[in-house]
Amino acid sequence: MSMPDLTTAPPAVRVGGNRTLTIVEAMREALREEMAAEDRVFVMGEDIVVGGAFLVTLGLAEDMGVDRVLNTPISENGFLGLAIGAAIEGLRPVVDMQYGDFLFTAADQLIQQASKLRYMSGGQVKIPLVLQLPTGASGRGAQHANSMESYFFGLPGIKIVTPSNPYDAKGLLKSSIRDDNVVLFIVHKHLYGSRGRALQHEQTSVGEVPGEEYLVPIGVGKVIEEGQDITVVANNVVLHHALNAASRLEGEGISVEVIDPRTLVPFDIDLVIESVEKTNRLLIVEENPARGGWGPWVISEVIRRAFYSIDAPIARLAANDTPIPFSPPLERASVPTEERIVEAIRQVIHG
Amino acid sequence: MPVTVSRLRIPPEQAVGPIDLLPTETLKGVYRMMFLIREFETVVNHLFLRGRVPGTIHLCRGQEATLVGTMVALDKEDRITLTHRGHGQALAKGVDPAGLLAELMGRAGGVCRGMGGSLHVGDWSVGALPAIAIVGASSPIATGLALAAKRQGTGRVTCNFFGDGTASKGELHEAMNLAAVWELPVVFLCENNVYAATTHISEYMKNEYVSERAAAYRMPGVSVYGNDPLAVYEAVKVAVDQARAGGGPSLVECLTYRRDGHKRDDPAAYRDDREVEAWLKTDPIPAFRNRLREESGVLQEELAAIEASVEDELIAAQGFAHQSPYPDVQQRLSYVYA
Repeated sequence: MSMPDLTTAPPAVRVGGNRTLTIVEAMREALREEMAAEDRVFVMGEDIVVGGAFLVTLGLAEDMGVDRVLNTPISENGFLGLAIGAAIEGLRPVVDMQYGDFLFTAADQLIQQASKLRYMSGGQVKIPLVLQLPTGASGRGAQHANSMESYFFGLPGIKIVTPSNPYDAKGLLKSSIRDDNVVLFIVHKHLYGSRGRALQHEQTSVGEVPGEEYLVPIGVGKVIEEGQDITVVANNVVLHHALNAASRLEGEGISVEVIDPRTLVPFDIDLVIESVEKTNRLLIVEENPARGGWGPWVISEVIRRAFYSIDAPIARLAANDTPIPFSPPLERASVPTEERIVEAIRQVIHG
Repeated sequence: MPVTVSRLRIPPEQAVGPIDLLPTETLKGVYRMMFLIREFETVVNHLFLRGRVPGTIHLCRGQEATLVGTMVALDKEDRITLTHRGHGQALAKGVDPAGLLAELMGRAGGVCRGMGGSLHVGDWSVGALPAIAIVGASSPIATGLALAAKRQGTGRVTCNFFGDGTASKGELHEAMNLAAVWELPVVFLCENNVYAATTHISEYMKNEYVSERAAAYRMPGVSVYGNDPLAVYEAVKVAVDQARAGGGPSLVECLTYRRDGHKRDDPAAYRDDREVEAWLKTDPIPAFRNRLREESGVLQEELAAIEASVEDELIAAQGFAHQSPYPDVQQRLSYVYA
């Protein structure tokens, strides 16, 4: 559980002269650049000197020193609180939680301390803190499969970032480290890039990343595919399923607009409203159990602001309201898949 | 310290610190602050009963010697974290009584602009981190303040106040382990007032003293009589000096007693009458007042003048707090993000 997964993080490959990286490599570059530029930035977490569970910090300790790539005891509650204290004093910690799920053991430090100390103190302190949370169903059973974004979407006082590709991962991680607030940086484990287990779709975790410096602003969504007939809003790994579904439906004459919100808090709701006003139809796809999540809030905003633009019932795909099962066919049946997205889009279009 | 009978059902040996540890002027300042805290809490109780302080309050009457003795061992630049019983901790660190009282009343002039209230008082500009009211949660954060001090080379020491009830919390133990492993300049300061809310210490802990827990992390752990400021100062000074010199953390347990109930509506009827009687006789304020008169030769008139100045200050503080307006309702949308 706590051992580094040595099957992850393939080396960068070059395709046609453009530089392509995995999300893990892109995040590692972001950390390296931000640590080089700013002494106050440091990383801490379990096993990170040897790279961490997903090798995000591979090689960083050698270059930056073990003072800035700080191995911790298995003590999430302790070291998250410690990071909050360090941030109050002006340091800029990036805490690698190994698996996002482990954040629950430190829930008080996030929910009651990090998100509230600025508010309760009347603005006396600020807490520039990034939590790196590998998330989502990935064949590890129920306790390493939580969709962390769903649990904390309703928590005031924090930001939630969920990049889906290497370009955004790098730009958003750099923005998160520079942000003066608490940022949950949530990446689906299937997007990290795995050499050991073949990905369902290789393009999900490899992408072009320019060599020159850039930032991706927090709170700005992106239209990934333009379309006319329906708006699909999806993030993390299910975004890639949605993109595949959109390509398949092209052949049926259905033009799908796919939006990646990229940041859940703050949410670029204007982008979704604008799109729905054009397509008049909406499907939300998220991996968390259906009872929670960010989708219901988005739907409520769309109804409130664009009710008269909607021509068909709004659809939503999410996981079952169960823990995530282990057995692979059961897991696949529990979460939104490309096939289910295709069916849902047809349903909305054809009734 | 020798093991006493009945697990603090009676007070421990009243081993006071030497009067010549500090100059007389400093001693008078210690007395003034102890008296200020006592009177402040009495004013708060009075205002609470008249409906001027909303919510709840946790008074620290009886624990003044521990608070002030600790603070004298700290430098102005040092940091403290506060508990839910934090009014006295705040005052002792130098938080302005007027701003503190206004905070308790939810006013714009409060030290946290009315956003915190009794459970979250503090003023970071004097090194008192606005209080963390969740038992145990402040220990890791204090340890992080200490990590920053070590990393930034500021020479600051952090004092983490916690109660005996916190000794049962995992967060304290995680924090002590981290502080020990990384040799951080933090002092874990236990105000042992014998009760975790309403539960006597003998009901939830096998150890005789909380300080025994320090040995598990190979850090010094001592227990001292907490109702004498000099006994407290002497022990905390050793811990602070060690921390500042790079020697890592310590745990100092101060054995004291809560004169009131746990909170606003608690008459503390669950306490044994003989225990209460014995402990109340150890009231730190008259005891230290007597020491100043008898051992330092401070005159009765000087002490009376100190007490009068405290009363004046508190009358002014009440005037300030009552005249301070409530915050504009728009302020509720502020301070969510930096």
